[in-house]
Amino acid sequence: MTDTPVRPDEIVHTTWSEPVSFLDGLPRSVAMTALFALFIGLWQLVYILGFVSPIILPSPGETARDIVFVGKNLFTGGYMLTALWITVKEVILGFAIAIAIGFSLGVLVGETSFGERAVLPYLVAIDTMPKVAFAPLFLAWLGFGIASKVALAAFIATFPIVVGTAAGLHAADQNARMLFKTMGAGRWQTLFKMKLPLGLPHMFTGLKIAAVGVMAGAITGEFLGGGKGFGELIRVAASQLNTPRVFSLILYLSLLGLTVFWSVVWMERRFVFWHKSSVMDNR
Amino acid sequence: MLAQRQTDPKGRPVYQLRQVAKSYARGNLRALDHVDLTLAEGTFSSVIGPSGCGKSTLLKIMAGLIPPSEGSVVLEGQPVLGPRRDIGMMFQQATLFPWRSTLENIVLPIEIRDGRQAAKARHDDARALLDLVGLKGFENSMPSELSGGMAQRASICRMLITKPAVLLLDEPFSALDELSRDFMNMELQRICTERRATALLITHSIQEAVILSDIVYVMSPRPGQFVEAIAIDLPRPRTLDMMTEPKFGAYVRRIRARLDKGAFL
Ligand SMILES: Nc1ncnc2c1ncn2[C@@H]1O[C@H](COP(=O)(O)OP(=O)(O)OP(=O)(O)O)[C@@H](O)[C@H]1O
Ligand SMILES: [Mg+2]
Repeated sequence: MTDTPVRPDEIVHTTWSEPVSFLDGLPRSVAMTALFALFIGLWQLVYILGFVSPIILPSPGETARDIVFVGKNLFTGGYMLTALWITVKEVILGFAIAIAIGFSLGVLVGETSFGERAVLPYLVAIDTMPKVAFAPLFLAWLGFGIASKVALAAFIATFPIVVGTAAGLHAADQNARMLFKTMGAGRWQTLFKMKLPLGLPHMFTGLKIAAVGVMAGAITGEFLGGGKGFGELIRVAASQLNTPRVFSLILYLSLLGLTVFWSVVWMERRFVFWHKSSVMDNR
Repeated sequence: MLAQRQTDPKGRPVYQLRQVAKSYARGNLRALDHVDLTLAEGTFSSVIGPSGCGKSTLLKIMAGLIPPSEGSVVLEGQPVLGPRRDIGMMFQQATLFPWRSTLENIVLPIEIRDGRQAAKARHDDARALLDLVGLKGFENSMPSELSGGMAQRASICRMLITKPAVLLLDEPFSALDELSRDFMNMELQRICTERRATALLITHSIQEAVILSDIVYVMSPRPGQFVEAIAIDLPRPRTLDMMTEPKFGAYVRRIRARLDKGAFL
């Protein structure tokens, strides 16, 4: 195993690559499809072996048929679409309210020492409570319509936005503050031209957490407070032991959640293009 | 004796500090103790002293960023009571904002003082400044595409865009490697000469202070005070070659001895 020496003029290129393990080397689409197939296979296996009753765990085929059925109902404007639309409204309204209140409170807490010293302790105290516990209260105040669901969704989603905004406003370092001072910038200029832009990455982190929370809030509200939304469909299907239906409804619901989440990510990429780690970036 | 040395007979006094002292309320800390300083028009002065002796504090007071606890600061016959546009400042960090192009970063001081339209109108001036510091063609680059030295040069442009009469420089090049620092120092000299700017530089490098300055002020440990003002009698324009001259070495040794006496550095 002796290396025969090479004359330098024989060498044309010495490009080489780091060794990559088989799994890590798979293209993303292949890896994801493989994982999905594996999951379905295991599921089918468990079903065939009869470990659990079909009422608890339907077969993948049965579930797929129901997914198609629910999909048809949704796309042809059936009653499920009406229910989904109600949930969509709750989510959008809840998110909008959470953004408006969360951003305002975040600026109050992050910008003023009154906010930081007097308001923040209360917010922290409320934030540590299990917010779902407020659902019956919202129900009592706002009734069984969508208002109580919007309220719970907004309530849950507000806090991450407050935290993100306040943290973002503190992100500006001493150098940036000093620089703005030397340029004679006033409070608003400092806020809008420096602190808010510098804080955007933090704010979007808060918004992404809020996007998940707003879905959870709306559905929890529907579970606890009835109404005519998608959560109610799930509750009814579950009470009828229609497990395939529950699965397919959850699937479509998760598509709604993903849509909300990815719209936030899309906005983040648009506005925070200058920040290196726009999270969940992929090649 | 000190006071006489400080008043340069060559030029009109631009900056006048009388008995300026600063105590920070927090920690009941005396940062600066009765500093007298006069900067004559078109001169270049340096302040050198141990870490924490109050150099940055002095500069912030001069720039109107923080008020002095005692004493008076007068610039061009007007007391300094806040930030002013005839003062240009530069810090150790370039601090360019990553969502603005290099050009937009440079006109930021104009945008803040006079609005967006005024800033737009100065784009040509900003390009000329980029040219001056050797960054021609980088006006549309984003700050993340600039090296540390290039970013610091862009921040020179940002300081110069308001055409300040005095430049206050707080260790502007100390984050750069030695080669770029020497180069930037020569650039700085050229810019100051061209604009007849009055400059005050804070530095930790004795060589840098000597090669650039007409007067080097040596500060004592906290609470900071000027313990000596050393006039540097080397011809202008200064070149890097002068660093090998015996006279240069003598100045460096003298300042080092003065700093060592306070047992620091
Ligand atoms: N905002 C502040 N509040 C309280 N103390 C401060 C404040 N800023 C500075 N000091 C203190 O004042 C002293 C002088 O600080 P300063 O930043 O002026 O030092 P410096 O000479 O610039 O030091 P260096 O060479 O390390 O930059 C230090 O002891 C520092 O701890
Ligand atoms: Mg300092």
